[in-house]
Order: sequence, then structure tokens, then C-alpha cells
Amino acid sequence: MDMGLDLNAPHSMGTTIIGVTYNGGVVLGADSRTSTGMYVANRASDKITQLTDNVYMCRSGSAADSQIVSDYVRYFLHQHTIQLGQPATVKVAANLARLLSYSNKDMLQTGLIIGGWDKYEGGKIYGIPLGGTLLEQPFTIGGSGSSYLYGFFDQAWKEGMTKDEAEQLVIKAVSLAIARDGASGGVVRTVIINSEGVTRNFYPGDTLPIWHEELEPRNSLLDILSTSSPEPMST
Amino acid sequence: MNSIDSTPAKNSLLSSEIGSERTLYPYVTGTSVIGIKYKDGILMAADMGGSYGSTLRYKSVERLKSIGKHSLLGASGEISDFQEILRYLDELILYDNMWDDGNSLGPKEVHNYLTRVMYNRRNKFNPLWNSLVLGGVKNGQKYLGTVSMIGVHFEDNHVATGFGNHLARPILRDEWHENLSFEDAVKLLEKCMRVLLYRDRSAINKLQIAKITEEEVTISQPYSLKTFWGFSAFQNPTKGAEGSW
Repeated sequence: MDMGLDLNAPHSMGTTIIGVTYNGGVVLGADSRTSTGMYVANRASDKITQLTDNVYMCRSGSAADSQIVSDYVRYFLHQHTIQLGQPATVKVAANLARLLSYSNKDMLQTGLIIGGWDKYEGGKIYGIPLGGTLLEQPFTIGGSGSSYLYGFFDQAWKEGMTKDEAEQLVIKAVSLAIARDGASGGVVRTVIINSEGVTRNFYPGDTLPIWHEELEPRNSLLDILSTSSPEPMST
Repeated sequence: MNSIDSTPAKNSLLSSEIGSERTLYPYVTGTSVIGIKYKDGILMAADMGGSYGSTLRYKSVERLKSIGKHSLLGASGEISDFQEILRYLDELILYDNMWDDGNSLGPKEVHNYLTRVMYNRRNKFNPLWNSLVLGGVKNGQKYLGTVSMIGVHFEDNHVATGFGNHLARPILRDEWHENLSFEDAVKLLEKCMRVLLYRDRSAINKLQIAKITEEEVTISQPYSLKTFWGFSAFQNPTKGAEGSW
């Protein structure tokens, strides 16, 4: 039973994705691992996809399915924006994604988080899990890594956070999920959306906290050996 | 045993080869809904949980919604299908209002519409994976009915879906009577909801109770029930029989 290199296995984004509202906007976060069976096909993927200037979508599940859904939603939203004459609302983007997810529920395997800012409702987060349910929430988590975060968010989530508090929470959470979920890994990406615009951030491993049973990364054993003398190597 | 609510069994006889649209199994589900008739109308209760398999994933899902002026709909089962049903009903009520003839669809009509929708989908092997409770009052007439995902439908003085059928209805059969006051009806519903909280793994302690009378529809704010664990039998149940449970 070769659990290793099945290169024909569907590309799945094991994933950890998070969307959080704060007083003034939203913060979206995700890991960057795309796996094909046990092989990591892409270790630096970007799972936070732009739909419009002010609305972004976190993708999880099947990479192919989520990419095609996001492409269709972007296409429809673009036309909608032209017809409307002003930026599309987050609600419309979310409902379009729901329509595609629900109507194709037997074929698609993708969980989505839509987040953005519009002038009518401010920052909003919508979760669209498997099946095509649409739920507006103050925050939501998704992907395989999210299993490890339910307890964390129950304890750590607070209403009315600042932008920095919200981003720190998201980074901490994705980082914790990466520590335990084999299907999540790589870097932590965040996207902050508010009335002023969109900010993309990138947090590689060395900027993240060290968790239980993890060690500070080193260049080499040789560094350790050279710094300490007596009996550094033991049997 | 013929149960009204089908368990999501993966039946190879029912699924086809091509990617046809059929709900194979539900993803995000709501648990029991209970409805009872009382003196002034109908009372319905449901918790606010949306389960994802065994995970209690969503805890603020509104499973009781008002339909038009005269009806209240409660749903258990797949939430995305419930949201789709609400869209169908939105359109139904809109077209009814557009007649602008002073007439409006009552609970009996809405129940019948839902029955047709659910049964026709069942016949196409593509059910809406819900069990619905539809209640309302029109022209002084109280109405309470239920429709299942396979189109089984009936009316009664008290109805329930899912676990509610097994845990709540026996209580209601014993303690329901004609002309319950609002207070007694609420207490009765809460008694049932508490039992469900103790015994249904997918129940959460956050519920809403909805009331519909001739005059108005109200859906309560979410609230939690007290639970009781201080029984001497619970204190040390394995004393004298260590290792037992």
C-alpha cells in the first residue's frame, strides 16, 4: 500500500482558512500547502483569491473545484459591477458563490470563505461549507486544519477587536493549525480589507511563534557543536 | 422499521453513473423541531445548531422562519436545502402578494405547496434533505402540519422531526391538551427541548421559540435552558461496582 507518491491523486488543499471581522473591516488568513496525496505539490500557494477590488475568497478542499468556482464568481461579479456602476457588495459575491456551490453540490468538493468591505454593510464574512449553505458570521474557520481551531477560537475570539489584534489572532490560529494538521503548512498569508483598501501580508515560518515540542530552527548541528564544548553528542 | 426521516445511507441503487444532481447525503444539518397547538395559535421550538457530521459546527443557525402573514416554518436536515426552500417560498409569497386582491396564502396552502415540492423531488431521486414543520393561524383556524423529505405529510395537534419524534412526542401525547395557555405551552416545549438536550448528541443549548397567532408572528431571541445534574444517583454511580458504568 504505497501511501507516498500518487501523482494522479486529485490536488487537494488540505488547508486551514480563516475569516475574521474587526471594527472597520475583515482579515482573511490561510496556509499555503497544496497536496497531491502525500506529496506537497505547491508549498507556497495563494489560497486567498481576489474576486473584486474589495472582496476576496479563501479556498479549501479540491484545488480544481475552488479555482473554477472563484473564476466563475470573478467573471460574473465583473459583469455585475459594470452593470451596477459601482463596486459589488460582499453579500452579492457570497450569494453568487453559494449559487454555484449549491447547484453543483453533488460534484463540487470545496469549502469557501468570502470576506470583504463595502460601503453599505462595512466588513462582512460569509462561510460557504460543503453543500452550499450560506452563513454570515462574525468569524469563521474552514479546511482540514480548522478541526484544531474550534476550541482555540471559542476561547480567543472577542467582539470589537482592532485591526492588529484581528490579524495577530489569525496568524496565531493558522500557525497552530499548521503545527498539527499534516495537510496544512508552508507560510501564513493574510489579507486585510477595509474602507482604505486591501493589504496583503506574508509570514514565513521564522516569523511565527514556536509551539509545544517545536524547536528554534538552526542552520546546522555544527553551530550547536561549536558553541557548546563538553559532551554535546550523547549516546 | 419505517421512519419518516431517512438516514443518509449511501445507496448504490439510488445513485446514477453520470454527475446528475442528487443529494447523496447531507452536510450541515439541523436537529429536531417541535410544534404544538395552543389556545391562541401555534408554538414551535428548535435549537440553533448546525452540525457538520459529528462536529457541532454552527451555533447560530435560525431554523424557524415566518412565511407570509399567516405561517411559520421550522426545518431540520440539510441547511442549504432549507435555504433553497425559503427562496421558493419567497417567490410563492411574492406572486401571491402581486395579485393584490386582499387574499393571502394560509398555512394549509403553504403546507400543501411544500408537500408537492418535497414529493416531486423525491420522485426524481433528488430530495430536499429536510423534515419540515409548518404551523399557522388564519381566520381563527389553527393549523399544524409536517412534511418529510420523501413527501410524507400530515397534520396533528403536536408534531416533531427527527429525535423529537421519539423523545418529545411521547411527552406531548401524555401532557398536551386542548387550550393550553401560552405559559403552559412554553413550559411544555421547554420540557421537551430539555430532554432532547440531554439525549440528542446533535442538540445544543441555544434555542428559539416561535409563536404565531391570528394577530402576529414572534420569534424569540436565542436563549439557553438550565440543566439538572444534582441527582444522588449521578454522584457515585459505580460505587460498589468499580469498573462498571
